[in-house]
Amino acid sequence: MDGLNIPLNHILLVSTLLFSIGMLGLMIRRNIIFILMSLEVMLNAAALAFVAAGAHWGQPDGQVIFLLILSVAAAEVAVGLGLVLQVQRRFKTLDMDDANRMRG
Amino acid sequence: MLMINLILILLVGGVLALLSERLGETMPRKVALVVVLVDIVYLLSQLSAMPELTQLQAPVPDDTGTWLMHFKAQWIPAFGIHIEFALDGISLLMVMLTLVLGAIAVSSSWTDVTTKQGFFEANLLWTLAGVLGVFMALDLFLFFLFWEVMLIPMYFMIAIWGHENRGYAAMKFFIFTQASGLLMLVATLALVAVNQNATGVWSFSYFDLLHTSMTEQTGHWLMLGFFIAFVVKLPGFPFHTWLPDAHTQAPTAGSVILAGILLKTGAYGLIRFAVPLFPQAALDFSFVAMMLGVAGVVYGAVLAFAQTDFKRLVAYSSVSHMGFVLLGVYAWNELALQGAVMQMVAHGFSTAALFMIAGSLQERLHTRDMREMGGLWQQMPRMGAVAMFFVVASLGLPGLGNFVAEFLVLLGLFQANPWITAVAALGLITGAIYSLILMQRSFQGEPNARYDNHRLVDFAGREMLTMIVMMVALVVLGLYPQPVLDMAQPVLQSLLELTSVEITP
Amino acid sequence: MAEMIWLVPLLPLLSSVLLMLGSASFPRLLIAVLGVGSVASAALLTMSIGMDFLADPQPFQMTLWTWMQVGNFSPGIAFYFDGLTLVMMSVITGVGFLIHLFSTEFMEQDSSYARYFAYLNMFVAAMLVLVMADNLLLLYLGWEGVGVCSYLLVGFWYQNSANGQAARKAFVVTRIGDTAMALGLFLLFTELGTLNIQGLVGAANQQWQVGDTLPLIACLLLLGGAVGKSAQLPLHTWLPDAMAGPTPVSALIHAATMVTAGVYLIARTHGLFLLAPTAMMVVAVIGLATSLMAAFTALMQSDIKRILAYSTISQIGYMFLALGVGAWAAGIFHLMTHAFFKALLFLGSGAIIHYLHHEHNIFKMGGLRSKMPVTFWSFMIGSAALAALPMTSGFFSKDQILLQAYQLPGAGPWLWLGGLLGALLTAVYSFRLVFVVFFGEAKTQTEGDTGWRMAVPLVVLCTLSLIGGYFVIPLDQVFPASSGDHPAHWVEYVSISVPLAGVLLAYLIFHSGQLNVDRLVNSSIGQSLRQFWHSGWGIDWLYDVLLVRPYYQLSRLMKGEPVDAFYSLVVALNQTFNHWLAESQTGRMRWYVASMVAGLILLLTMALQISLEAG
Repeated sequence: MDGLNIPLNHILLVSTLLFSIGMLGLMIRRNIIFILMSLEVMLNAAALAFVAAGAHWGQPDGQVIFLLILSVAAAEVAVGLGLVLQVQRRFKTLDMDDANRMRG
Repeated sequence: MLMINLILILLVGGVLALLSERLGETMPRKVALVVVLVDIVYLLSQLSAMPELTQLQAPVPDDTGTWLMHFKAQWIPAFGIHIEFALDGISLLMVMLTLVLGAIAVSSSWTDVTTKQGFFEANLLWTLAGVLGVFMALDLFLFFLFWEVMLIPMYFMIAIWGHENRGYAAMKFFIFTQASGLLMLVATLALVAVNQNATGVWSFSYFDLLHTSMTEQTGHWLMLGFFIAFVVKLPGFPFHTWLPDAHTQAPTAGSVILAGILLKTGAYGLIRFAVPLFPQAALDFSFVAMMLGVAGVVYGAVLAFAQTDFKRLVAYSSVSHMGFVLLGVYAWNELALQGAVMQMVAHGFSTAALFMIAGSLQERLHTRDMREMGGLWQQMPRMGAVAMFFVVASLGLPGLGNFVAEFLVLLGLFQANPWITAVAALGLITGAIYSLILMQRSFQGEPNARYDNHRLVDFAGREMLTMIVMMVALVVLGLYPQPVLDMAQPVLQSLLELTSVEITP
Repeated sequence: MAEMIWLVPLLPLLSSVLLMLGSASFPRLLIAVLGVGSVASAALLTMSIGMDFLADPQPFQMTLWTWMQVGNFSPGIAFYFDGLTLVMMSVITGVGFLIHLFSTEFMEQDSSYARYFAYLNMFVAAMLVLVMADNLLLLYLGWEGVGVCSYLLVGFWYQNSANGQAARKAFVVTRIGDTAMALGLFLLFTELGTLNIQGLVGAANQQWQVGDTLPLIACLLLLGGAVGKSAQLPLHTWLPDAMAGPTPVSALIHAATMVTAGVYLIARTHGLFLLAPTAMMVVAVIGLATSLMAAFTALMQSDIKRILAYSTISQIGYMFLALGVGAWAAGIFHLMTHAFFKALLFLGSGAIIHYLHHEHNIFKMGGLRSKMPVTFWSFMIGSAALAALPMTSGFFSKDQILLQAYQLPGAGPWLWLGGLLGALLTAVYSFRLVFVVFFGEAKTQTEGDTGWRMAVPLVVLCTLSLIGGYFVIPLDQVFPASSGDHPAHWVEYVSISVPLAGVLLAYLIFHSGQLNVDRLVNSSIGQSLRQFWHSGWGIDWLYDVLLVRPYYQLSRLMKGEPVDAFYSLVVALNQTFNHWLAESQTGRMRWYVASMVAGLILLLTMALQISLEAG
């Protein structure tokens, strides 16, 4: 553990970057698969921050939460992909703007 | 327990009516009628256990032992909320009126309602239960609860079984009463908080709150909260605009309940809560309230005259008549208060009957528009004669209940303020104008050619029976109102004493 | 017998209720027996009670039950009986019976036979309650009751909207007066603490001085009611229109009984009016003005019933004049004789109308003298009494009024002069009617003269109109005695001769044609005067412009519910906001995310700002 001592700030920076990338993806992508992937990225960014913080303070809580996020992400993917299939079947497209049925 | 049972019978009866629809289309109305009749019989059987009505002692408002009945049980002790019911002469009077008119309302829905009869009768019974609760609850929290309970089934009755514009009318009714109810809730909570500050005890009980001391400013605002809630319900000018729409659109039974009973909860609230809880504030406010009353009397009468819709005309006449109640309450002397109570009862019958006539006409002619009526007397002389009776009752013919009421109100008001009385007396003239035009446009005049080839069925059997009940009631009220006056007298007496003690120091 | 007095109003009332309940199933004979029989038995009862009373004239009071008791307000359903009550009850039941009998023939062809008698009986009951009441509230019950019956009977033939219009006018116009009267009751009760008439007068005399303001106001308010009911200025406009009802109804309600209720009210409360001399002067002036106005109008009418209606207004004006000058007994005396001869005239006109196929225009009649002898003699006698020709009943009563008016200090002679002018006009218009209708050449066909049910009432009323002046009515105990001295003889001679001159004038103009007034009539002033008088001095028009139309317009203007505009505004505001906010909900997720991010950034910036400032 000695050799690799990355300062907490760096990790948080990476995590923030990841989160921003995910959010940006969420905002600009139209394909529902990519939106899901962006969400996934954001989740992992948060998870990374937890792990780093846990390591920094020597507490196990960070890893516990990471496991929790992992399972949430898995569930989310399962539900999300199910929805994707439905959307594909019903609208014959994965473009969310085309699938929009609200009047706006 | 009598009081709780009365309400429970109606609530459970509502469920039964709902379920009984499985047994047959027409079952629910029979069940509902039986339920209301059982309630009446139950009340009467228990009455004999009470002291002679003519020897009612004055219920001292803060001594529960002097009331006819009192029931109190814990509900939410942390905030001093109880299940507290009490009965005195006025409550009893209102409870009786509610049940009798309830039975009449069920009868009026006999052929009027054809869809979802089970749910309809259930709503009707639940409304009645709510109203009974309002008339008997003396814990302000419980009172508010029942205030809402009677609202929601009524909303359904208008929204589901109403006429062409029911959605709008139901929503308007709901918003008006709900918004004003919230004002009352806020005022109640504030009053309780003020009381808690002074005494250190949380309590929603009417008896505890009666003598809450507060600054003049606070009193005015809190009083206004209650006042608006009750005046909206009454309805008083200028909060009356929900009423013509709601009445016009409601099914007949709904109109009967609305006009006959629901409006009276507003008047009851004023007499029971708005004035006694805040005597000083009410006194300061009385001139404004009387002006609103006079405005209602005249405004309602003028607008009633302009209407072409039978039900709408009757609805505006209610605005005019309930203006007299407002006048009577705020004149706050025995004559005027007795008049107000009398008006509550008499107006209940006369207006309910007129709405039933409107309903019968709509059933036969499929219109409420008086321009498409005229000369109906020829084909339906019995209905015409009955309508004539209730029309002259509503214009205040001596010998019928409404006259006693209006005369007492004006007589009492004259002692409080002769000038307002003079203006309010215009209501007698304008009342005659709109009442007679109603008769002219519908039953008199040249028979409308549209119905030459239709045979219009005259009143008979069930309809005639309900009408005769109400006619007899009005004649008795008009010629021998003493039983009603005697029931209300001790209560009013004690309220007058209470407020006079509060004000003098 | 006195303890049976409550039966008198109850009998007609019961019969009325029975007739209403069983209207469809009763045979005509039963209806007639019920309708006429109940009033006849009421009349017999009244007669026997009256006999007892005349033998031992003690007023008595009888309480059936306490109507309502609130605090110290406790009016009873209670009757008071004295000479005045007896006179009124006799007129109501007696004349009422004759008119009911007449109606059985007059209404024979009508399909609503039962309804007619039900209303008419109810009217008699209400009118009896009015005159028998021992307190003003019960009197008010009768007062409104007769008003409603009048409304029902004027609008009896409801299929014609004009009748309904007339009926409503009658009710609403009198209601205006009634409202004033109700205010009077409020004032009296508030000040004196009772509505019992005898108690009231007693209390008033203790509390108030002659000439005080309060009795003046109270009397004027009561007068408002009397003016409305008795069709005096300014509330007289309903009576001519009320002729839309069946003619026997006009005879009973709008000539003999109901319209004299105002006279009765003032006579009954004369103890109050004595405290307010100004109010009495107002009564006299209103009476005189009305009697002249109506007489001029009657002169110009061509509808036989309208002539009689205006003549009724005019004669009641005389009664008011009598009351105003304190000639109480004379006023009531005239009320009685007027009931006889005016009922006679109305029934006579009813017979004419009945047998002339509903012809009302006198100029289309003529020469009926030989074809309808009974009716002709009825009209002759009735008109003679109306014109106050010597030896008829009308002469005695009107003469008393004029003489007592003359004796009033101050304005007396002027009132007398006005009354004389009225008497002259009365003679002219009543004999104009006789000459035009019964003399000259026949212009229409008739179906013969009256049957016995019509003839008997006419003959009886003829007799009464002739001998009624010799009746001694027991009013000495009721009213203060009038001064015994007589005015100079010339006053009496003039009073007697003026009506004769009037008849002569009518003869010269309308029968012999020796006095030709065509030039006068056709001149421009004559024409416009004629028009003016014919329209009832334009008062109807005035009310129409000042009151009726503005009310219609006001109500039409407000029909859309102006108050609701405010609530509609709130609704509109809500909808606008709703619209704006709904715009933002596009369903595009990136907008939502972007706005969330923007909001987050904003919040964080603010938090930073605050922490920096704090730090």
